[in-house]
Amino acid sequence: MTDRRDDLASWGRVVHPTPRFVKTMPWSGSAPVWKPDEAPLLAFGQGRSYGDACLNNGGTIVTTAAMSMVLAFDPQTGIITVEAGMTLEALLRLSIPQGWFLPVVPGTRYVSVGGAVANDIHGKNHHRRGTFGCHVRRLELLRSDGQHMVCSQHVHADMFAATIGGLGLTGIITWVEIQLMPIASTTITVDRLKVGSLDEAIDVQASTDHAHEYSVTWIDTTAPERSVGRGHVIRGDHATHGPRSTASLCRRPRLTVPVEAPSWLLNRATVATFNTIYHHRQFGRRAVLDSDIVPYFWPLDAVARWNYLYGSRGMIQYQFVVPLEARDVIRTTLLRLRRAGVASFLTVLKTFGSIPSPGLLSFPRSGLTLSLDLPNQGAALLRLLDVIDAMVIEAGGALYPAKDVRMSATTFRASFPMLDRFEQYRDPQFSSTLWRRLTMEQP
Amino acid sequence: MTVTNIVIVGATSAIARAVADRFVTGASFVLVARDADRLHAIAADLTIRGARAAHVVVADLADMADHMRVIHETCAAMPSIDLVVIAHGVLPDQVRGDTDVDYAMATWILNADSVVSLMHRFVNLLIEQRRGTAVIISSVAGDRGRASNYTYGAAKAAVTAYASGLRTRAAAHGVNVITVKPGFVDTPMTAHLKKNPLFASAERVAGDIARAIARGSATVYTPWFWRPIMSVIKALPERIFGKLRA
Repeated sequence: MTDRRDDLASWGRVVHPTPRFVKTMPWSGSAPVWKPDEAPLLAFGQGRSYGDACLNNGGTIVTTAAMSMVLAFDPQTGIITVEAGMTLEALLRLSIPQGWFLPVVPGTRYVSVGGAVANDIHGKNHHRRGTFGCHVRRLELLRSDGQHMVCSQHVHADMFAATIGGLGLTGIITWVEIQLMPIASTTITVDRLKVGSLDEAIDVQASTDHAHEYSVTWIDTTAPERSVGRGHVIRGDHATHGPRSTASLCRRPRLTVPVEAPSWLLNRATVATFNTIYHHRQFGRRAVLDSDIVPYFWPLDAVARWNYLYGSRGMIQYQFVVPLEARDVIRTTLLRLRRAGVASFLTVLKTFGSIPSPGLLSFPRSGLTLSLDLPNQGAALLRLLDVIDAMVIEAGGALYPAKDVRMSATTFRASFPMLDRFEQYRDPQFSSTLWRRLTMEQP
Repeated sequence: MTVTNIVIVGATSAIARAVADRFVTGASFVLVARDADRLHAIAADLTIRGARAAHVVVADLADMADHMRVIHETCAAMPSIDLVVIAHGVLPDQVRGDTDVDYAMATWILNADSVVSLMHRFVNLLIEQRRGTAVIISSVAGDRGRASNYTYGAAKAAVTAYASGLRTRAAAHGVNVITVKPGFVDTPMTAHLKKNPLFASAERVAGDIARAIARGSATVYTPWFWRPIMSVIKALPERIFGKLRA
């Protein structure tokens, strides 16, 4: 029973899903849906992590999408309790009409709440709000032995810290209680500033991030070497004017990628064309405009299955963080990729703030983070990324497991100094393809 | 037609939950299923989503002696009924059922006998009040017996035929009975199956059901493409169909 289950794939589609068993959690109060001999186990939500963090090849996948109920919601305090399979979109459809927004949203609204916790995701406002886990008040785990365990900063605090960013390895997250953030409207006031170099981008972020809820820099990867790192610093704030509407959220994508594109489609030329057009579509140096939340936070959600554009070989997402003083690692990365002829479709730079992440294996930490979308070009690209890994680790940085499909066990260990402590809280019956790869453990 | 007072039998099923979601704003529900804790969670979910009320009736639907209690509790909780959805059922493991006939018959009682009993009793209730709609979740599997799931398919065939007779009888009293025939639906019931492009989401099925209620349809294939597929499958001579080993 090791058929390829493409409906249980990860977003990058580099490693294919071949679970031995597939089970489903019907709701959060359910008893274990697995038998003792079906380990190793792993929860699977929406399949939006890029690498192999959500895969459990040879083991048992426990799908969570059916756990999608709201268990409690207090519109006075903005505290909501939802089952972990609920998507962020479904949650926002409930909360926005009452004036509440998720304090941290990632680049797609189709992730599950459980996945958001297990990868301790971040958003464009990390400098103000920290990670998703910072807003989790309580959560419940279903351990492999059938124990339902409620964890918070006060009860089972160690298990709570292990579960946030814990890659789903402490058990099935069944429900999550979140403190939402009040908003007056679903309009975002966007302030875009063209910058001519990496230094300028970083300096603008350093001097203006504190004044904005959201800030991120889109980097034009086609820029000539002398202006490497040029791009747009895109700041945003929740407006006090405009409607509070979920109409745009509810709209299904109008475009979909029906079949796997040929692998050459996203090549240097097409990516360069897109990046150049994007860079120059703004004529002036600065533009201030109003945007709806959907195009502002989740532009790629407008195209269903956009990952199929990368063809059968899939895509590699690459994201790391380095301390603020190590901006040269960012520059060198951009230059080396450029010289190697590797084109990243979407490249984003952000300055993480100093709010500590609550998880033992949380990725975000104070510093500069760079995220790249790379077509999987095989061995040469992998060798280059190994070289960049070494620079990142040398500088005291870390790689992001939720996006990873290729880092070494050594890089993983260097990225997460709390790894040994985490291991004490991992459910012994839980594992993933990523975990086995990064701990050299055999299935 | 406004749909405000809604009874859902088998309220924990994915299709039932998706249907409830379509009508949730301002609605009153009677929710019937076996698992009390889960039923209360569903009631809370619907209330937070905007339902006016959600009343819970815990019942083991395989126990037909208990069906009149379900009817009585529904009537006590609700002055009149706009919509009844009969959605409970189980997808049997046919390989096990091939030799374990007791098991096959236990699924038969739930999928055929108990569905027929409840739909008959609820349609009688609608006929008494001379209005309302009953939605019966059957299946395309009821259109022809297949080696791979004949116990399930035959139970659904019984449900389909029974509903068709009830529909004709009820129509004279201003009551509509809708037979819904979903194909493959991506729900916990089918989690173990490898997915293909024929699979539809419970939300899509619920959308088709809502449209059928508004239009007063008789039989709905959902998604729509199952109607032509099944008309071909039904027309195949047994000699050829048997060779397909479907």
